[in-house]
Amino acid sequence: MTTATAAAPSAKPSGLESGAPRRGLVSRIVDRIGSGAVQVIMILLGLFWLVPTLGLLVVSLRTNQVNSAEGWWTIFTKPAELTIQNYANLLGSGFTASFWNTVLITVPTTVLVIGIAAMAAYAFAWMDFPGRDTAFLVVVGLLIVPIQIALIPIASFYGATGIFGSIPGVVLFHVAFGLPFAIFLLRNFFVGIPASLLEAARMDGAPEWKIFVSVVFPLGKPAIASLGIFQFLWVWNDMLIALVFADTGNQPMTKYLQSQMRQFGSNTDILSSGAFMSLIIPLILFFAFQRYFVQGMMAGSVK
Amino acid sequence: MTERLNGRQDPPAASSAGGTSTGPAETPRTRKRLGPSPAVAIAFLLPAALLLGIWVVYPIVYSFVRSLFGAQNFSEFVGLGNYISIFTDPGTLTTIRNNLIWVIVAPIIVTTLGLIFAVLTERIKWATAFKLIVFMPMAVSLMAAGVIFRLVYEQSPDKGLANAVLTTVADTFSSSQGYPAARPREGDQSPVAAQDGGVVTKQPVQAGQPVLIPIVGVKPEVMPSNAQTAKTPAGEGLSGVVWFDFTQGGGGRNGAVDGAEKGLPGMTVEAVQNGQVAATATTAEDGSFRFEGLAPGSYTVRLPKSNFEASYGGLQWLGPTLITPAIIGAFVWVWAGFAMVLLAAGLAAIPRDALEAARIDGATEWQVFRRITVPLLSPVLLVVFVTMIINTLKVFDLVFIIAPASVQPQANVVALEMWRVSFGGGNNQGLGSALAIFLLVLVLPFMIMNIRRFRRGES
Repeated sequence: MTTATAAAPSAKPSGLESGAPRRGLVSRIVDRIGSGAVQVIMILLGLFWLVPTLGLLVVSLRTNQVNSAEGWWTIFTKPAELTIQNYANLLGSGFTASFWNTVLITVPTTVLVIGIAAMAAYAFAWMDFPGRDTAFLVVVGLLIVPIQIALIPIASFYGATGIFGSIPGVVLFHVAFGLPFAIFLLRNFFVGIPASLLEAARMDGAPEWKIFVSVVFPLGKPAIASLGIFQFLWVWNDMLIALVFADTGNQPMTKYLQSQMRQFGSNTDILSSGAFMSLIIPLILFFAFQRYFVQGMMAGSVK
Repeated sequence: MTERLNGRQDPPAASSAGGTSTGPAETPRTRKRLGPSPAVAIAFLLPAALLLGIWVVYPIVYSFVRSLFGAQNFSEFVGLGNYISIFTDPGTLTTIRNNLIWVIVAPIIVTTLGLIFAVLTERIKWATAFKLIVFMPMAVSLMAAGVIFRLVYEQSPDKGLANAVLTTVADTFSSSQGYPAARPREGDQSPVAAQDGGVVTKQPVQAGQPVLIPIVGVKPEVMPSNAQTAKTPAGEGLSGVVWFDFTQGGGGRNGAVDGAEKGLPGMTVEAVQNGQVAATATTAEDGSFRFEGLAPGSYTVRLPKSNFEASYGGLQWLGPTLITPAIIGAFVWVWAGFAMVLLAAGLAAIPRDALEAARIDGATEWQVFRRITVPLLSPVLLVVFVTMIINTLKVFDLVFIIAPASVQPQANVVALEMWRVSFGGGNNQGLGSALAIFLLVLVLPFMIMNIRRFRRGES
């Protein structure tokens, strides 16, 4: 958890006796060779991490006939085979609807989680009420509850209330399971707000909701941005919740593409272009806001 | 926007979460006088409490009770029966075994790689670019990562990247061309016969008379594209030809090199005398071979068995044996960036002068790493490691997507089995609930650990 990441640099360098020998010629030569080797190793590793995604991109830009005949790496000798036909075909398929469903699930979830969690986090950080510390420990405990625990109970609950399969059902499930992390992250940020700012507002007799909206929320922007990007990606990329709670008319991209996996091999065109479409928005967000993304991750790495 | 990946400054959230320094420690008492009434606090907490209560806490209780009942509804009480079947059914035992492999292998690999990357990025100028590349899979859905690796692991070396690399490497080290299912021309007239999976000449042969080795049954797909029309070599020394004794459309004579018949390149040929291999040659594109520097005498010419085995086609990544390691590979690809970024931030927080002092005292880089860096990093290492354990316990998407339907029983894990049993056709909500509770029990120690660590951090 974050408590640990911040605690790292306290200990003194121990276990290193003084009077060790001076560094010899050999060790300096080894260092020199080492730095060249490090460059090579890092380039190879970088390729190793980059190439699979590039492969998906190239496969998505070739027809099924070409893909079934040869590996995507032959593109370096035959760049003329590239086509956007697969993406054009996606437009007419069920994929387009699933893309909008993903948006319809992700955006409300993110907004709701931020709003509800910020209110609770403010209460946990700056209000006194009986059982506050225990309640917050429960939130910390809930951080890593497996989603599986709620699938069956909530499915029967949704069945009874008639929202099974609908987008609101999926959204509410996401919001609930996003809350522990969100409350945890925001509360830890809000406690860092200088007490003097809040006390001044309270002395002036401002109501709590006004302090929340005009003092806490604006000051909490960095943490809210981290939470927002993190929550957005988490919901956008979810498959399990959609698999159980979204019916075919309301399914997001992940569920749509999963249903295409059964014919893997014959429908590489849909799968590869669909998978690439599904990751293009997360990647844009990631590159645009990676600073916030990393902060959110560091602040809540228990998940 | 890239400053975070340079990992120098602490994010505000993380540093305030450390909790030891500012604000919260001294505020509670002063706050009491000015703070709002508990009623206001409850109003602020209510939406979150309702959602958490209905969607998270109540399901825990429900699942536990449900796990004590049978497949369909609450009418049939089975007690611990569902739990007993988890630990006796061979199918679920496989999932537990697989989860065990995951938990033991994946966190160690991810943490070690993350540490190596974090240390090595400090030595290159393009560290930010490297971090972005390795960290990028974190933003991608596991579903998309699954599709990416399904493509990487395709069986055919012409399509799957993993096997393409393996076979390329293997081909560089061995040039032998495989002719599976090929066999010698049979019959009394034939000069050769099959023996021990290979082919030998029936009569001893000497230099000066070309050795004819007719082969049949070569499948079109293994016929090398560079094969030329077969040619009987002439000249000094023991020589001969290995060819495909088959004329397309008929008309060729058996056992003779006819006009259009192709030689078989890449065959390993051995000259054997008294059971000892005296010389080895490889056939050329026209199927001809010649033993250089061979002592005169009678020999048996042999095509060893290796010629008739399939050439190396890579590994069966998506087969029942390798499926779990293959999926763990995809998991490592996804999570190594997480470990790297966390550990790099931890490294950046280590005081430089401590490291410099050790270096000036003559410590080698390894000693500095082993004795200073790792101990100072151990809290972060633990965080990464524990996070990975929790993630491996919950692993679902990658297994579901990467493992083809036919090997899913071999690749199965608890989280996937829970879904399969309750929604994916199993329709046994009693067993499904028991599996969900089992999963919860598995993460329970880490839940307690988090709570303890948080309390320690706050006090």
